[in-house]
Amino acid sequence: MAEPARAKPKPTPETQHFWDGTAAGELRLQRCDACANVYFPPRPFCPSCASRKVSVFKASGKARLYSYVINHRPAAPGFTPPYAIAVVELDEGPRMMSNIIDCPQTPEALELDMKLEVAFEKLDDKITLPQFRPAKG
Amino acid sequence: MRRNQVAVVGAAETTELGVIPNMSQIQLHADAALNAIADAGLKLSDIDGIATAVETPQQIAHYLGIKPTWVDGTSVGGCSFMLHVRHAAAAIEAGLCKTVLITHAESGKSMIGKLPRSTPPDSLNGQFESPFGVFGPPSMFPIPVLRYMKTYGITHEQIAMVAVVQREWAAKNPRATMKAPITVEDVLNSKMIAYPFRILQCCLVTDGGGALILTSADRAKDFPNKPVYVLGTGESVETPMVSQMETFNSSRAFTTAGPLAFKEAGIAHKDVDHLMIYDAFAHLPLFGLGDLGFMPHEETGKFIAEGNTRPGGKLPLNTNGGGLSYMHSGMYGMYALQESVRQMRGIAPAQVKDARISVCHGVGGMFAASGTIIFTNER
Repeated sequence: MAEPARAKPKPTPETQHFWDGTAAGELRLQRCDACANVYFPPRPFCPSCASRKVSVFKASGKARLYSYVINHRPAAPGFTPPYAIAVVELDEGPRMMSNIIDCPQTPEALELDMKLEVAFEKLDDKITLPQFRPAKG
Repeated sequence: MRRNQVAVVGAAETTELGVIPNMSQIQLHADAALNAIADAGLKLSDIDGIATAVETPQQIAHYLGIKPTWVDGTSVGGCSFMLHVRHAAAAIEAGLCKTVLITHAESGKSMIGKLPRSTPPDSLNGQFESPFGVFGPPSMFPIPVLRYMKTYGITHEQIAMVAVVQREWAAKNPRATMKAPITVEDVLNSKMIAYPFRILQCCLVTDGGGALILTSADRAKDFPNKPVYVLGTGESVETPMVSQMETFNSSRAFTTAGPLAFKEAGIAHKDVDHLMIYDAFAHLPLFGLGDLGFMPHEETGKFIAEGNTRPGGKLPLNTNGGGLSYMHSGMYGMYALQESVRQMRGIAPAQVKDARISVCHGVGGMFAASGTIIFTNER
């Protein structure tokens, strides 16, 4: 029997640009043309000032580790415990949930505020997930 | 809203709590409702308003044979019942109805007649949280904890004490699920669930329910039990995604709902005799103490670790044993309200002597929503 797969996102018209971005190796955010607010998750208006004039841009991919748990049980389908579920703070401001790869999944290795950089994990032809790894240098 | 215009005149939990394999979820609602109606000395036909969460008001009204002229199906998680109390008080004051029944029940353990919870893959949670391995509340609710600890210098031992102290309260309560004493070492050596939290820092999973009946304060004196007045109320929501909270150092839903209720009640923190803070997980009482303004967040861990909230302490907190030791069917807010009402009636198993003001603070989802109700037994 095949391993149960991890939950896969299904894009909507408002989020398609984000998932097109990860598939192309880019982390895409939105910025309000009126008030310059950078926000996440995607939506075609600014949640700060309600302007519908917003632009998609490529984020730096730089982040820091804001907080996390190391999940032991119950494990989500497609995950082998223990694994960290992290919230990262992007250099541009917004936070997002992700995983920390290329790093032991231990409290000692996962230091709050450690510098991270985005990596991309392809699930299939349509969906690539943004992941983060300890920044080099 | 004006103070003390509405009162709780009926309050009861299901006949049994814990594992109830012989009752479906809707029957648990009915069992609690019938107990509350008996407690108030009313007939079902006296009820003209109904509020419930997860199950719809039409399901519960039809099952019980109630013909309401006012309904509230606010369903924002485990604090929905605090919001129902607030909404019902406003509705009664506005003359929309006279006697409101609020029900909660959940077959959380036995899972009989319970709709499965699901997260569609095209929802925002489904796209931006589920793919990263969240799987149920234990993997989500504690995500802010490490940041909170770092910001305020809170220790693992201090958070473990939340579970230890609540077990002390539970030991006094014959209906509590877990009564055996535990130590900080027991907590920190218990089975790891989602670091930094171990199983003794996570709520129980049980079956049960509860119901409340509210009416105008002017009518309340004619009921068989001591009326418990609604002194102040507050509510708010923030985000369904824990990752998108404004900060992990605080809950915006808490800092909105709590102060609203205190302002409405016109009381200061020193006036509070009894406190309930919904504890689905052990960090919630710390967030609650700070966000409700009892003390700076830096002091919350120390305050609990030093025993201030334990039996005999200066601020009795979660006196039924809480979600960690009393019971937790999935939406615990109703049980926190029941304990506040018992304390105000003077009939709680671990009664706080001469308690006159009780603050009952609830959370919904993973810091998604909040409701605060302040009760008093003096008008």
